[in-house]
Amino acid sequence: MESIKNRVAIVGMGCTKFGENWDKSTKDMIVEAAYEAFQDAGVSAKDIQAAWLGTVWSGDTGQTLAEPLKLRYIPISRVENQCATASDALRNASFAVASGVYDVVLVLGVEKLKDSGWSGLPSAKLDSDNTYRERTSTAPGNFALMATRYFANYGLSVEEGKRVLAQIAVKNHHNGTLSPKAHFQREVTLEQVLHAAIVAWPLGLFDCCGVSDGAAAAIITRADIAKDFRCDPIYIKALQLSVGPREGFISQSYDFTHVEETLRAGKAAYAEAGIKNPHEISTAEVHDCFTITELTIYEDLGWSPRGQAKQDVELGTYALNGELPVNTDGGLKCFGHPVAASGLRMLYEEYKQLQGKAGPRQVKNPKLALTHSMGGPPGAAVVSVVIVGNEL
Amino acid sequence: METVGITSYGAYIPYYRLSRAEIARAWGGAPLPGERSVASYDEDSLTMATAAAIDCTTGIDRSSIDRLYFSSTSAPYKEKQTAAMIAAAIGLSSDTLTMDFSNSLRCGTDSILAAADAVSSGAAASVLVCTADIRIGYPNSQEEMTLGDGAAAIMLGNTGILATIEGYHSHFDEFLDVWRSDRDLFVHSWEDRFRFTEGYTRVVVQAVSAALKKYDMTAQDFSRIVFNSIPARQLGSVGNQLSFDPKKQLQDTLFNEVGNAGSASAMMSLVAALEEAKEGDRILVANYGDGCDVLILRVTGQMDRGKSWRGIKGYLAEKQILPNYQKYLRWRNLIQLQHAARPNNPRPSSPALWRDRKGLALIGARCKRCATVQYPAQRVCVSCGTKDDFEDYSFANRLGKIYTYSHDNLAMHPNPPAITAAVDFPEGGRIMCDVTDCDPREVEAGVAVEMTFRRLDYIGDFYNYWWKCRPVRF
Repeated sequence: MESIKNRVAIVGMGCTKFGENWDKSTKDMIVEAAYEAFQDAGVSAKDIQAAWLGTVWSGDTGQTLAEPLKLRYIPISRVENQCATASDALRNASFAVASGVYDVVLVLGVEKLKDSGWSGLPSAKLDSDNTYRERTSTAPGNFALMATRYFANYGLSVEEGKRVLAQIAVKNHHNGTLSPKAHFQREVTLEQVLHAAIVAWPLGLFDCCGVSDGAAAAIITRADIAKDFRCDPIYIKALQLSVGPREGFISQSYDFTHVEETLRAGKAAYAEAGIKNPHEISTAEVHDCFTITELTIYEDLGWSPRGQAKQDVELGTYALNGELPVNTDGGLKCFGHPVAASGLRMLYEEYKQLQGKAGPRQVKNPKLALTHSMGGPPGAAVVSVVIVGNEL
Repeated sequence: METVGITSYGAYIPYYRLSRAEIARAWGGAPLPGERSVASYDEDSLTMATAAAIDCTTGIDRSSIDRLYFSSTSAPYKEKQTAAMIAAAIGLSSDTLTMDFSNSLRCGTDSILAAADAVSSGAAASVLVCTADIRIGYPNSQEEMTLGDGAAAIMLGNTGILATIEGYHSHFDEFLDVWRSDRDLFVHSWEDRFRFTEGYTRVVVQAVSAALKKYDMTAQDFSRIVFNSIPARQLGSVGNQLSFDPKKQLQDTLFNEVGNAGSASAMMSLVAALEEAKEGDRILVANYGDGCDVLILRVTGQMDRGKSWRGIKGYLAEKQILPNYQKYLRWRNLIQLQHAARPNNPRPSSPALWRDRKGLALIGARCKRCATVQYPAQRVCVSCGTKDDFEDYSFANRLGKIYTYSHDNLAMHPNPPAITAAVDFPEGGRIMCDVTDCDPREVEAGVAVEMTFRRLDYIGDFYNYWWKCRPVRF
């Protein structure tokens, strides 16, 4: 197998404000994100040769993208892989460009969740082949299964465990205040987080990301012509996707204290990018749908030793001014999680960080950045890991 | 004519009980003593009868069962056989003759008599009879206080008999005392004085007297008399007229612990009587409803099926008092609630349910190549990747342990939080399912659980049934 490393580059990106975008439809958000990306790349709609649309609940065919942007009769694929949708759309677009068939393509992820009126996602459907002979399932409930087991496995009392998780929420909230496009831009205290209402025990309100509307887009081209578009393109070093066979639900081999798909996608991404030590990553955006998810990601991506992420959390390793800042823009928790847009929003932050344009969130001299997205519940996940850098 | 008798018995009482004082607190008025059993939000006559059937067949090879009869006045469907679903859930072979008996409070003993006829004529060697009821009294009514939910199961056969049926007698009586029409959710009754004097007392005395005369027996020949659950004063009056000694001979009607379980009432009391009986004891059952069935039994042996067989005694001990009356109203759908801001599941697909008929019995598969056990049954082994080389493997009767769990407040649920778990089985396999009959504080990694057949939902105008787990308490 070959590697995608240094074969494609991102030369333009756009991202809407994420949040309760009552006054913006799916079409409005598509237009905003795409046009910011066009402007950033110095291209227009008619330069786009092919496109990839990521959406889970907010559209179906490629027409969802073609209609508002008036893309005229070009190839457009609709991609869906739960919360890994946007990164998977990026994967597909990048392979098309790397093959040499297309030079300039558009990738866009969009989700409009707030029109439904529901609390939480439109469904947390498990796959029971249309029988619905299954357990009750919500996203918080599914991830709480990891929290209870993690505490039990590593000897954390409920208080100790919740405290570690709360520190992650506090960190992400702080970063959100520095993020003008974020859904939530306010600080929270440790006490507030610890005393918040329980959503799915032991996860409280601030341990769970909410639902948001939003869209994000990227313009991809070949690495060897990227500098025709801008002087500071961002190069893709790895594009990995790990899709599990849902064995965590039927096999005792799954321990609910890590995510196997994250572990494997991470290892494959480091290998593809030629990274020997995971700490070579300067900064990362990871899938903090719940605080417990972020905690176990630190271990699964090789930054904290197994079962010991607590120490790093307490040391502030992953804080904005720490050794390896994670979720510098507030993460899913505060920037928001319009499901199919998130992977590209993460990329948007790393793109800006690597270009030195992250303002108050700027990490010092980043070279390599990583995005991680996880679709589905622990035990049956789809995980994407993307690594980008600002040098060839 | 084959000898026929009872070859096994079992029961089921719902975990939750509502104190009568709590009902009186809600409405005012004088409380009656004791508690009444309340079927959980995920239970109905079908699931309770299934639990009783499982209890009754603990340690028995179910392939020996020829027929399954279900009797109730509160079957979940007017048109769709409950006995077929129970037979499917407990894994009986498709050539089992299944029948539903309904519409009368004496349908339990009616189904026993029919089973006895089948066995004594040689038409069947083994018939499993399950009776269950969940009857609803108007809020703020006497019935609400006195009714209770429960089930019993009795197996009839021609070998391994624990109690022979020495005789029976039956009167029918067309009488309007207690009824529920096809337009009604609630049980109706005429006023008590007429009901009990002209109805119950007259009919039972007549039927029992005739039975005793027919078999040349007297009241003194019986160690135990089993009646339906009715007020103690009425039982006393009947007992006096028939010369029974209420203190020595009357089987406890379970009024203080369960309440009047309708068609299951006399059956549950019969199971309790059999549990306590000694070899040689005679038991008389007088089951009233549209007349009266009288059964005369002679105990010939005792039953011992190990710890997991509970019967009335065991299930009486597994109980939790409901914290308040509102839960009962909610679980019986007697109040309208605002729909939670969560989407419903779509309705299940009938073809999909039919394809998964093994799943209804919680049957998974064991890979013949690597012996890995998995549920649901797979085409390709999760462990070794071999395709289509499996044998059936049942999880229904196995005990598991909770590996991890969550208490979900976001999920729409009639008894929040929704408790779900990964259940790992010591002999292999993992099943993700809900935990029921359980307080959140009881749940920890490592807690032992048993599997229980429950009603998940009513979507698309039909009920969806599957399994959950509950903590082991026996």
